[in-house]
Amino acid sequence: MDDLEVLDTRSSQPLKASLLFISVFIIAACGLVYELVAGTLASYLLGDSVMQFSTVIGVYLSAMGLGSYLSKHIHKGLARRFVDLELAVALVGGFSAPILFLSFARTHAFRPSLYGIVVAIGVLVGLEIPLLMRILRHQVRFKDLIAQVLTLDYIGALAASLLFPLLLMPKLGLVRTSLAFGMLNAIVGLWSTYLLQSQIGPTFGLRLRSAVVLVFLAAGVIGANRFTLAAEEEIFTDEIVYAKDSPYQRIVLTRGRGSFQLFLNGNLQFSSADEYRYHEALVHPAFAVKPHAQRVLVCGGGDGLAVREILKHPEVKEVVLVDLDPLVTELATKMPLLRELNGGSLLDPRVKVINADAMVWIAERKGEPPFDIAIVDFPDPNTYAVGKLFTTRFYKLLKRQLAPDGVASIQCTSPLMARKSFWCIDATVEAAGFQARPYHLAVPSFSVWGFVLASPAPFDIPRHTLPNLRHLSDESMASMFVFPKDMDRVPVEVNRLDNQVLVHLYAEEWNRWS
Amino acid sequence: MNGTGGPDVKRRTFLAASAAIPLVDLACKSQKVEFTFDGDLIGPSVDLGHAARDGDLPAPSSFEPIDVVIVGGGIAGLSAAWRLKGAGFEDFTLLELESGVGGTARSGRNGVSAYPLAAHYVVAPTRETVPMIRLLEEAGVIEGYDAKDEPIFGEEHLVRSPEERIFAVGQWWEGLYLHAGESPEDIRQYKAFFDEVDRWVLWRDAKGHRAFAVPRSKGSDDAEVRALDTMSFKDWLDARGLDSKRLRWLMDYACRDDYGARPETTSAWAGIYYFAARKSHPKEETRPVLTWPEGNGFLVNHLYERCKEQVRTGIAVTRITTENGKVKVLAWDAVQRCALGFAAKRVIFAGSMIMAGRVIPELARARGRAFFQEFLPSSWIVSNLTLRERPKEHFFSMAWDNVIRDGKGLGYVVDTHQSLRDHGPTVWTFYHALAGADIRSDWERLYSVSWRDCVRFILDDLRIAHPDLESCISRIDVMRWAHAMIRPRPHFMWSDVLEKARVPFQNIHFAHSDLSGFALFEEAQDHGLRAAEEVLQEFRKTFATWR
Ligand SMILES: Cc1cc2nc3c(=O)[nH]c(=O)nc-3n(C[C@H](O)[C@H](O)[C@H](O)COP(=O)(O)OP(=O)(O)OC[C@H]3O[C@@H](n4cnc5c(N)ncnc54)[C@H](O)[C@@H]3O)c2cc1C
Repeated sequence: MDDLEVLDTRSSQPLKASLLFISVFIIAACGLVYELVAGTLASYLLGDSVMQFSTVIGVYLSAMGLGSYLSKHIHKGLARRFVDLELAVALVGGFSAPILFLSFARTHAFRPSLYGIVVAIGVLVGLEIPLLMRILRHQVRFKDLIAQVLTLDYIGALAASLLFPLLLMPKLGLVRTSLAFGMLNAIVGLWSTYLLQSQIGPTFGLRLRSAVVLVFLAAGVIGANRFTLAAEEEIFTDEIVYAKDSPYQRIVLTRGRGSFQLFLNGNLQFSSADEYRYHEALVHPAFAVKPHAQRVLVCGGGDGLAVREILKHPEVKEVVLVDLDPLVTELATKMPLLRELNGGSLLDPRVKVINADAMVWIAERKGEPPFDIAIVDFPDPNTYAVGKLFTTRFYKLLKRQLAPDGVASIQCTSPLMARKSFWCIDATVEAAGFQARPYHLAVPSFSVWGFVLASPAPFDIPRHTLPNLRHLSDESMASMFVFPKDMDRVPVEVNRLDNQVLVHLYAEEWNRWS
Repeated sequence: MNGTGGPDVKRRTFLAASAAIPLVDLACKSQKVEFTFDGDLIGPSVDLGHAARDGDLPAPSSFEPIDVVIVGGGIAGLSAAWRLKGAGFEDFTLLELESGVGGTARSGRNGVSAYPLAAHYVVAPTRETVPMIRLLEEAGVIEGYDAKDEPIFGEEHLVRSPEERIFAVGQWWEGLYLHAGESPEDIRQYKAFFDEVDRWVLWRDAKGHRAFAVPRSKGSDDAEVRALDTMSFKDWLDARGLDSKRLRWLMDYACRDDYGARPETTSAWAGIYYFAARKSHPKEETRPVLTWPEGNGFLVNHLYERCKEQVRTGIAVTRITTENGKVKVLAWDAVQRCALGFAAKRVIFAGSMIMAGRVIPELARARGRAFFQEFLPSSWIVSNLTLRERPKEHFFSMAWDNVIRDGKGLGYVVDTHQSLRDHGPTVWTFYHALAGADIRSDWERLYSVSWRDCVRFILDDLRIAHPDLESCISRIDVMRWAHAMIRPRPHFMWSDVLEKARVPFQNIHFAHSDLSGFALFEEAQDHGLRAAEEVLQEFRKTFATWR
């Protein structure tokens, strides 16, 4: 078919083919940027970036296929249709980021709008190249046409994939990036009314439309600043007082309604309103098993809140805290809001802060005295790099750093929201040769939260804790170790380095709730 | 042990050699680009190798009497030494021409990580592969045995999940085979192929032997199995109408990765071996893989520890002759710059067959030129890239083995994967098999490339997936392996030539992966053990076999 099309008579006036090739480059870049914007946004807002990126890209690619297929139904007025198409891409693609932010903040239909928009952009972008090739087919020999269009298509995509992480995300942010690339599409549309004049006929209406679209998008870019903050605040529900990307994660602090919150990659780490419940439960039961502990290891917990609880035990002589991200531990010591909450715990002379991957650190620590207590407070296992910190291998390495009757207390996600994940961690701890005693409590800003208390030596459920805690008492401690039916043990596989089953379980279970 | 390592392999400039032959896919004709990083072009010691071949060196002053000389300290030679030691046999020496033992399983180390110079993993054995079980148990890799008496491997030795990912259509995907976007026909063919593999997994001959076993000597020699060697893997796939592009890509990748060959130049027997030998039963996807930052250097180091009193490195054996039942071994000590002589009762020759033809004149005469020309090995480029930081990524997280579907190379292995480092500096090992049909021109090509040519080639490949990689690199070392890996060509795997090569010749016993027709750790080990046990028998030792 295509070969026959080449035999068609050439149109009377040659088009400026090389200029049109520049359009290919631009629209290719725009297409990829919209895809990256949607993927990034989805992983910021929903977490689990592997899952989000894969599904966004999968849906996008198949929608592009659909678009290409549909292109055969466009028969007449190719050039006019092309201009309209560019304006449509400009609007949908350009406004995609702001619309998605709003739908996340204001509606319960984020996923439908995400995939709706991804499909819409995909179909439109899929139409672009086939249409343009058919417009150009009389000007250029078919084999050259294919070669040049595809080359520029790929180069455009390459340029966008380079610019996006290196320049666009850091300098413009998501919302302005999508709006700015919308404007580029609109400009391609407007410009095409000149390049394709001979095929288009009357151009006034098209140009007017292009101008209107451009004005809309430009207004968006100008208002983007106010909009972004408003939208991010809608998401975080509260005012953002700090936001920064470290090499490891995005750190956001928000404040409102008498409390403040820390988010890492969009996941709530604590709210100052009820973090005491979480940290008391994380720290004191371990001390109740081993009251005279002197040397304590903290893995994760760079906010200093667990250390604050640890230092309430006067016999503690040394605390070593190992957290990956120097930016977090720096915030914990320097930012007044946080330092007040943790009582300057990381500045205490008994505390030593080490910024390292905790697993590498414990694997390499040799010949040093063991710890009496280890507090293991990692983020939830939503990536392979975090998932490894919940494997039999990690717990075995941890055991080597513990005294024979030492105790570890481990945060284990929610037994209510992610029941299998919770019991998977419990089973993993046992498989590593610990005696494990799971427990839980309600932390209103999270959900019901779960922990495992573990020791290489047999031990009883602890009974006595410090007086004067805000939540924990001797009575409430006993109740934490009783699991109601809906959170009770389920049979699960053990999480090992070579299977990382937990990462998959966790994504599955938490996705049901978001 | 630093002795196994690249750092002390000196930089060599081969450029002068031969008027530069045009490089079809290695060299880019573009302008000279200056790189912001440094690196070396390294390779096996050719001048020593040549000394071994050309051999007009001074004669030794005397011949040291000794029971056994092992020539070559690759896996085969080291395994032979390990076996002799295991029988309490001490009067032997192992001569290795490089500055460290290991051969194609050697490793190196720098401030960031240890890394392999070639071989990087072994498949976790089942109980049936007895010598591997013994070795891994000794090296502390096996922790115990499960209810079915199958080994339990230490978690840190099994490859950490995620194991593999592939870069295609602009992003990384989990696994090696791209399932996303398969057509129903792709799915049907994929299943058809693996059903056929499973048929072979279950197949047993009259004696109860598997069709494909590890090592191959434990497998069946039934006519039905041997018949597979009469055609290429490509013809075999064609004959079954397996023409799905995706499936063919996987087959091509498998042949390049394991054999340095293409389906056209691989025996169908070897093509199926790759898939069928690695499954113990059809339900199992594939056997898990054992790997270390230093690759198979981990096992080399273990074997070396067992026999280091007997090992002498930097010594090239230049000539082996037999006189009155004694084997005279002439060698050149490159460090002391002196000739050495040994009068051995037996020799285990654990170098390649090509090398055997060069240093054993009587063997060369007896077998004839054509015999040695059957043992054609393909060439490889292996490169270690030291990164000060990792390139930015969005999609599926970095795996151990990272394959770029549209690249020319085989992708790269992350050497810090097993040491659990997920952030900051790392070393990657990039593999490229020169899998051209004409092996000789591949060798010539390999010797005329410069470091710069190689680096350009490597970067062009990696940039497909990592556009901003260059700014992360602090060093690229390139290892050229000529004669690296024997190619399992059709009509070769069950040939008389191959069979004859395993037969001792005038008190010289042979041990090298060449003798299997394809290069794998288990094959090298099997020949090492066989040769050592042949020798033990000659010395009338009583022993139970380790094979
Ligand atoms: C790039 C690459 C990747 C590979 N990856 C894997 C892998 O992942 N897993 C796997 O199982 N296998 C792999 N292999 C195959 C691997 O080479 C074999 O498994 C095995 O290590 C071969 O051992 P060998 O002892 O038979 O031979 P070689 O490794 O060739 O050893 C021969 C030794 O003899 C020495 N020698 C030769 N001539 C003389 C002489 N005249 N005097 C003194 N010494 C001499 C040589 O220097 C060398 O050390 C790979 C090979 C290559 C090239």
